[in-house]
Amino acid sequence: MNNELKRTIYKNVMLFFAYAATLATVLVVGFIIAYVFIRAIPHFSWQLLSTKPSYINETIGVLPDILNTIYIVIATLVFVLPLGVGAAVYLSEYAKNIKIKKVIEYAIESLAGIPSIIYGLVGMLVFCQYFGLKTSLLAGALTLTIMNLPTIIRTTQESLDSVPASYREGSFGLGANKWYAIRTVVLPCCIDGIVTGCILAVGRMLGESAALLFTAGFAHKVNGFIDALSSSGSTLTVALYVYAKEQGRFDVAFVIAAIMLFMSLLINFTASKLSKKIQNKRY
Amino acid sequence: MKFNKSLMSVICGCAIGLSSAANAGSVITDGSTSMEKVMGILIESFEGNGIDVTYNPTGSGSGISAVQAGRADIGLSSRALKDQEKQTLVGTDIAYDGIVLVVNKANPLSDITSEQVKDLYTGKIQNWKEVGGADAPVVLIGREAGSGTRDGFESVTGTKDACKYRQELTSTGDVITTVSQNANALGYASLSAVNDSIKVLSFNGVVASEESVLDKSYKLQRPFVFVTPKDKALSQDAQTFVDYALSAEAKPLIVKAGVVPAAK
Amino acid sequence: MKLKKHQECTDKIATVVFTSLGYLNIVFVAVICLYLVVSGIPAIGKIGFVDFIFGTKWASTSTVPSFGILPFILTSIYGTLGAILIGLPLGFFCSVYLAKFAPLKIKQFVESTVDLLAGIPSVVFGFIGMLVLVPGIQSIFDVPDGSSLLAAILVLSIMILPSIIKVSIGSIEAVPNEYELGSLALGANKVETVYKVVVPAARRGIGVAVVLGVGRAIGEAMAVMMVAGNVANMPGLFESVRFLTTAVASEMSYSAGLQRQALFSIALVLFVFIMVINALLNLVLKERGKKK
Repeated sequence: MNNELKRTIYKNVMLFFAYAATLATVLVVGFIIAYVFIRAIPHFSWQLLSTKPSYINETIGVLPDILNTIYIVIATLVFVLPLGVGAAVYLSEYAKNIKIKKVIEYAIESLAGIPSIIYGLVGMLVFCQYFGLKTSLLAGALTLTIMNLPTIIRTTQESLDSVPASYREGSFGLGANKWYAIRTVVLPCCIDGIVTGCILAVGRMLGESAALLFTAGFAHKVNGFIDALSSSGSTLTVALYVYAKEQGRFDVAFVIAAIMLFMSLLINFTASKLSKKIQNKRY
Repeated sequence: MKFNKSLMSVICGCAIGLSSAANAGSVITDGSTSMEKVMGILIESFEGNGIDVTYNPTGSGSGISAVQAGRADIGLSSRALKDQEKQTLVGTDIAYDGIVLVVNKANPLSDITSEQVKDLYTGKIQNWKEVGGADAPVVLIGREAGSGTRDGFESVTGTKDACKYRQELTSTGDVITTVSQNANALGYASLSAVNDSIKVLSFNGVVASEESVLDKSYKLQRPFVFVTPKDKALSQDAQTFVDYALSAEAKPLIVKAGVVPAAK
Repeated sequence: MKLKKHQECTDKIATVVFTSLGYLNIVFVAVICLYLVVSGIPAIGKIGFVDFIFGTKWASTSTVPSFGILPFILTSIYGTLGAILIGLPLGFFCSVYLAKFAPLKIKQFVESTVDLLAGIPSVVFGFIGMLVLVPGIQSIFDVPDGSSLLAAILVLSIMILPSIIKVSIGSIEAVPNEYELGSLALGANKVETVYKVVVPAARRGIGVAVVLGVGRAIGEAMAVMMVAGNVANMPGLFESVRFLTTAVASEMSYSAGLQRQALFSIALVLFVFIMVINALLNLVLKERGKKK
């Protein structure tokens, strides 16, 4: 009887922990989302979203931050896509020596593990000072490029590896050389995987702040794309930090936080829809 | 893929080329967080000249570093240059600012003497009741080590290297925010950054204002300095901006920011 | 003929390009490593290894500066340990529920919630921590100021939850069905089976999850900067503290001379910590691979 009782207690206690932990996790997330949105909604205004801050009129607007965020994402994608897809193609299609392949993959794993503050530090020294780019969005984009290489490489490599060997062999059989086969047969199959990798990377970029503090700066000017690259500008995350911590403008901070949460939701949703589509494609 | 790569190199070349070209029409300023309002107003009213001025609030020490390292055209410091810095840099005063002691709105104090400030910040007095406040521990808020505001505060009150901070924050606005959220906090901040979320104490009986800073009766003050390299001439655009800041038309704007213009 | 030659040429170029892109990654890591080591070693030499790593006083800008980083090292270690202490049980039990007990709809819902948590930027965590946790700690524990190690631990534990949960779910689900069926056939009920048979079989993967969480926690700067107070004290639960990451972040922009070099040395120490953790991760993964 004692044993039965012990087992029942064990079962109930462990089940309870499992339920409780899950509930707690969901509640925490729910609280964060609700808190941010509830406190942000009263402050949403078209003026806040579409103007830049004015000291003379004593108003605040986050348009420059939104634009800077978009610019930096585009600039980073322009760099990281060729570098990342290229490296993945090498690893998947060209690398013959297993040892070298392992070394490169270890290098990529290491890149993924380095904290963003160290990227910011090295980025500041290498891109802002050594390459003379000063504090600019371009320096920030280059730093983000190296940070997001692992994500792009991994997802691209996965989708390249999942292309059946028969595709390549068929292509060779028809007389194509390697590059031709990759370009016309293998890569087009992987577009979905590459796009998923892009979306994941964009999600990471949007949330990045430590790496951008020293490389991209804090300015709030509304610029066209090319101008913006060469001048400093704060992205939404950096702006959130500055408005919340250094200026105590919590209303603006909540609005920015709400925008970020919304973008996060959007990205998660798109990424999951895409991966489902890829999974359904696999026959 | 090939198209992608050539596109990338074109964009890269453009960006790098344009960044060096665009620098000709841009002025990068970097430094003191206390100067945020002043710089904000000056930059905004300077617009329309075709010159792009940006401001990075990183702290006085950081701004001086940035100018020395060539990362910025003009460094912004809210303290006078040290002798060692004067060897390679030149400082131009553009305004004078008061450093005010701030407490939470719930705090009953309204004045504080330099003696009390020294005792409080060095930890000799640890409870508000010893200076006439509530029976609660004092929470000391200050700035990071490179801050011009901290340097000014510690030199005038004679508390250099002796302050026992509970928090070291990286901007003047942050000090104000933190003090406004903690009933037992005591902090120091730039007069130009003050708002009505906190209470400003008078120092030795003198209330901080443009007048008392100008006639030096408010002792806790320091200059706002434009820091530029000694040996290298400023770019024409940067020089234009500096001249503008010192001009007569900038004076009312500087006053609007809450500080005293240095230009006579 | 011309077409074939042209194709051969582009093929060769393509090979070169891709190969160099592959090797480029090694170059990146090597450059980062080299840069940190070259910038970080001089200060350690000047200050003295023992004085640097084990010195308890950090006063980089005093007239007589001292550069002991033990407070930062201990704070990072305690902070990470604290985060794991809270995050691991929470994440573990949650993943057990999701992998083994949850109905499909609930599982999908909670998993998307966890994905959302993973996507929230660290500044937002820091912001909410600043507005909710810090005043909360101040009033619940009756301390003069809530910015403390405890606040940082709480924020960090929530931030590492997603990685712990996701990886744990993966490894629990990877345990072969036979283990579970065998245990049930022997008379154990489902709960006992899960906790006493499936989970121990998945423990390597859960170990991986912990290491990932540790890596994330030790490298976090922004969120911690907003809630921990930022004074170079030896760590105490309610003390205002500075982590290795925030030590670098807060003084880097204005540092000069030996102070600046010392900051690089801190970054180097942090980097070494991370590399060790990564190596540990690889070791655990390799053993897992071997066992299969």
